Amino acid sequence: MLDWIPEEILTFLILCGQAFLIIIPLILSVAYLVYAERKVIAAMQLRKGPTVVGPFGLLQPIADALKLVHKETIIPTKANPLLYIIAPVLTFTLSLMAWAVIPWGEGLVMADINVGVLYLFAISSLGVYGIIIAGWASNSKYAFLGALRSAAQMVSYELAIGFALICVILCAGSLNLSAIVEAQEKIWFVIPLFPMFVIFFIATLAETNRAPFDLPEAEAELVAGYNVEYSSMSFGMFFLGEYANMILMSAMTSIFFLGGWLPLTSWGPFAYIPGFVWMALKIAFVLFLFLWVRATFPRYRYDQLMRIGWKVFLPITLAYVVGLSFCIAYGVFPETLGVIK
Amino acid sequence: MAIVNHLDLQSYLPIVAFLAMGLTMSLVLLVLSLLRGKSRPDPEKNAPYECGFKEFSDTRVKFDVRFYLVAILFIIFDIEVAFLFPWAKNLKEIGIYSFWSMIVFLGVLTVAFVYEWMKGALEWE
Repeated sequence: MLDWIPEEILTFLILCGQAFLIIIPLILSVAYLVYAERKVIAAMQLRKGPTVVGPFGLLQPIADALKLVHKETIIPTKANPLLYIIAPVLTFTLSLMAWAVIPWGEGLVMADINVGVLYLFAISSLGVYGIIIAGWASNSKYAFLGALRSAAQMVSYELAIGFALICVILCAGSLNLSAIVEAQEKIWFVIPLFPMFVIFFIATLAETNRAPFDLPEAEAELVAGYNVEYSSMSFGMFFLGEYANMILMSAMTSIFFLGGWLPLTSWGPFAYIPGFVWMALKIAFVLFLFLWVRATFPRYRYDQLMRIGWKVFLPITLAYVVGLSFCIAYGVFPETLGVIK
Repeated sequence: MAIVNHLDLQSYLPIVAFLAMGLTMSLVLLVLSLLRGKSRPDPEKNAPYECGFKEFSDTRVKFDVRFYLVAILFIIFDIEVAFLFPWAKNLKEIGIYSFWSMIVFLGVLTVAFVYEWMKGALEWE
């Protein structure tokens, strides 16, 4: 029936379809992450959260999305129109692209590339461009200052993420994400690399501009940071992109430190739960930590933020890389730790 | 040789598929909002937001040099991280010699880092 399509194009179309099958649940989970955020924080502050639209307010995110679509798209007169439109497209596309390499189970991965970690690192670094371009193209002071702050914060904490990843690679001996998960069969990396896990988690908070590092947003001083001039779906795309990045960072945390699709225990009924459910549970757990932190901690000052990034995290992670590589090069680590194949 | 075979471009195809889908979806979302949203342009509404005032000065002004410093420092350390990736993957095989080579490299950068610290390049008041 489909003979007239060249085989290469057919393969590509099938791949596009598979990508679609990952992207749609992802966007749905973004919608319900927003709902969960409102509900969880409401519960922590003894409020009810959304209750009006649908049972338990379950249709609230759908209603919000519909409302956003029906809003006017504003392109400020002083903005650079092309860059202004490109910025949200870039943020949104990048936040989806990274999902190509995330493994959901043994062999359950779309792009099983050898340099998966490097790819994730590169894509998450590119995220800065969307913010810088948005801040520059809006030609508004708030947006510009927000973008500068955001970019400086993201690059500072990326170094901590990079060094924490080096530790994971040192232990796993591979850059392939599936291999990294399989290397954690004996013991999850969260145990031998616990300090790195903590630093990685805090750095992902800063990298995704989440509380307590949401300085770019800082409602009281910068209104909403780099996306203040955006409206309608161009704002919606920043929003989707940011939350998809949060989920991505949680997925990275589960893959690098919490054993990805590996079960908590293979005891009894737990052995029958499929891998991708474990993966989803771990992602949900890390996301809950994100929300919990937001409800608990006040915002950092900017100088404190930069101090922690450069003067605390960078030296600690660097020292940890040196120490860990010393132990591995000299074979100090006992086999029981399971960190070496 | 296994090393030569490792460059398997076929496995990168899904990434291109994701790129295509991402661009398509963002286009759909943009067009949808352009079609559904009403457009009522107004010179006041389309001016850059500045708490209700007309903007006082141009946005393209001088900004704090420390942002520039952070960017420069970031490039140096990011290159360092990029160098560490292949080294970290193979450390088990290439052993003690490569370990000390990397320590020398890291040591040079650490000296520079300490110098920056002492000079106050990392201070934000």
